[in-house]
Amino acid sequence: MTRDIDSAGDERSSVVGRSEWALVWERLRRKRLAMLSLIVIMIIYGAGLFAPILAPYSYTEQNLDRAVEGSSSDHWLGTDRLGRDLLSRAMYSARTTLIVTAAVVVSGSLIIGNALGLLSGYRGGWIDSVIMRMGDIFASLPGLPMLILINSAFSPRVTEAIRGFEEYTGITGIVSSGFPSYLIVFTALSLFFWVGTARVVRAQVLQLREREFIMAAEALGSSQWRIIFSHVLPNVSFLIVLSISSALGAIAGSEIVLSWFGVGVQPPAASFGAMLFEGSGARTFQSHPNLLLVPGVIVTLLLFSFALLGDALNDAISSR
Amino acid sequence: MGAYAVRRLAWLPIVLLVISFFTFTIARFGPGDPVTVAAGQIRDEQIIEQIRVDRGLEGNVFEQYQRWLLNAIRGDFGESFQHRGFTVSEIIFPKIWVSAQLGMIALLIVFGVGIPLGLLAARANGTWLDPFVVGSLLFLQAIPVLVVIPPLLWLFAIKLDLLPVGGWDGLFDIWWIGGVVAIPIPDPHIYIPLIAFTLPGFAGVARLTRITALEVQQEDYIRTARSKGLPESAVALHHILPNSLLPLVTVVAFALAGIVEGAFFVETLLGIPGIGRFTFQSVVSRDYDAILATTVIFSTIFVLMNLVADLVYGIIDPRIRVGVSRT
Repeated sequence: MTRDIDSAGDERSSVVGRSEWALVWERLRRKRLAMLSLIVIMIIYGAGLFAPILAPYSYTEQNLDRAVEGSSSDHWLGTDRLGRDLLSRAMYSARTTLIVTAAVVVSGSLIIGNALGLLSGYRGGWIDSVIMRMGDIFASLPGLPMLILINSAFSPRVTEAIRGFEEYTGITGIVSSGFPSYLIVFTALSLFFWVGTARVVRAQVLQLREREFIMAAEALGSSQWRIIFSHVLPNVSFLIVLSISSALGAIAGSEIVLSWFGVGVQPPAASFGAMLFEGSGARTFQSHPNLLLVPGVIVTLLLFSFALLGDALNDAISSR
Repeated sequence: MGAYAVRRLAWLPIVLLVISFFTFTIARFGPGDPVTVAAGQIRDEQIIEQIRVDRGLEGNVFEQYQRWLLNAIRGDFGESFQHRGFTVSEIIFPKIWVSAQLGMIALLIVFGVGIPLGLLAARANGTWLDPFVVGSLLFLQAIPVLVVIPPLLWLFAIKLDLLPVGGWDGLFDIWWIGGVVAIPIPDPHIYIPLIAFTLPGFAGVARLTRITALEVQQEDYIRTARSKGLPESAVALHHILPNSLLPLVTVVAFALAGIVEGAFFVETLLGIPGIGRFTFQSVVSRDYDAILATTVIFSTIFVLMNLVADLVYGIIDPRIRVGVSRT
């Protein structure tokens, strides 16, 4: 994608060759709000990534003598009903959000959505019809009840299967690490989040297919895969980034909602959803507002930042 | 137009078949045998077999599905496991009615407030007000309903003691004046759910209105109207407003979807006997027939809403009518 306008390196010229991504980044960098959102997201995700190093306590460490306390010098944000440090719980919840969003974006949007969108747009015909109608069906399923149903139906079976795998191979600690619940949450979410990317990619590919440079590549006898990977894919990459940035908030929100309903990430693994559940209730809020406010403020900041960044990215890319 | 509508309508039963089969299979795949649940203390093989046959649970999943489907088409969604002695239809439809009343009012508020805010932002384009309005609405959208309800309850129900903590008592109370004149006033139970339902919805409507209003403002006919010497208010009211409203038809379906999703939390947290709370309870207690019925009904509403939105859009804006599939 690089357009080396003056590849000779003429230093007097003010026009320096830059990739389109560099141009988009340039435009994005000038938006203060977008940069602020990016910093907020990086802080929250960073806290999640380095939670084992940064967190002052373990997320399971209980101290019933010091349950439901307000903020103090040993527990900056207070403690929950079991005397667990809220700051540490929040950091590990951010880790859960990080894992789930990253996994769903990679599998749902980047791999499945992208592949099906490219295939559908490029091949057309019955393949296109089948993929797009499948997308219509997923898009018309009521998301939340379906996610709850899938998670509650599959969770015991998958846990059972993995336990069997552990016994068979002698590997231990997979079930106790909470891996099965992450696996189910992320599979179920991927099932729903490929549709957006696939539609956007397909629409763009349909337009690209009529363009001269694709026809030229075809006329020159390039293989189908070469055309897809070196001509089509670079031209849809912006749209893929956009569809991912708009899906991030929804993915993070869905995980929180599922865990709130008790069918997401299973305790003792930390999740903002489970934390919010403990803090909900008007009486609880009256006596211990930090139980709700700690996860609530972080989640709101995160979702708000995703929305602002997505908007700014949209502007920066569409004014390309 | 006719052909387009027919083609879209022809897809409807196929989509619903796939959705219902998908849901059916997942529900049956879940742990716990509903027959054992229904049998309770009874261990007699014969009786258990009888229950299995009565509930249509014998045979493989395809036979079960076929039996369920034939009944469902006739409006019979089976007997609820949660509420013994009631059919799912008997329980579900009053609850849908409760949710529908709340949802329709929430939808009206979302559009009633969202459209003026969008027009305001578009008019203020270039000043601080435009990003401020959009930003605040985006912020409201970012707050999860789960986070917003407890503080609202605490503030209005405990601190100020103005509203009840939850529950449902119909949309309106009737105020009798002298036993003759009846004035309907909104029931105090509906305020908190309506706030929770509408806060996240404004952003979508307002932003779409803003974008289309900005585009419309650039059109030649607006310049013509201005150059004819029409007052700015007339231009805004008769030229910009009607043309900005067209695309909003398409977001009705989205807005409704948002409200339906919101219903799960709002109804569960506030104890409103609607379909959202019922679905949640059904999932928790593995009331398969109820889950199936709600999912199929929700999907039907979603698919129909999308269809209606597309068709209405085609009628309003003939440019997109020409058989171009809008996927």
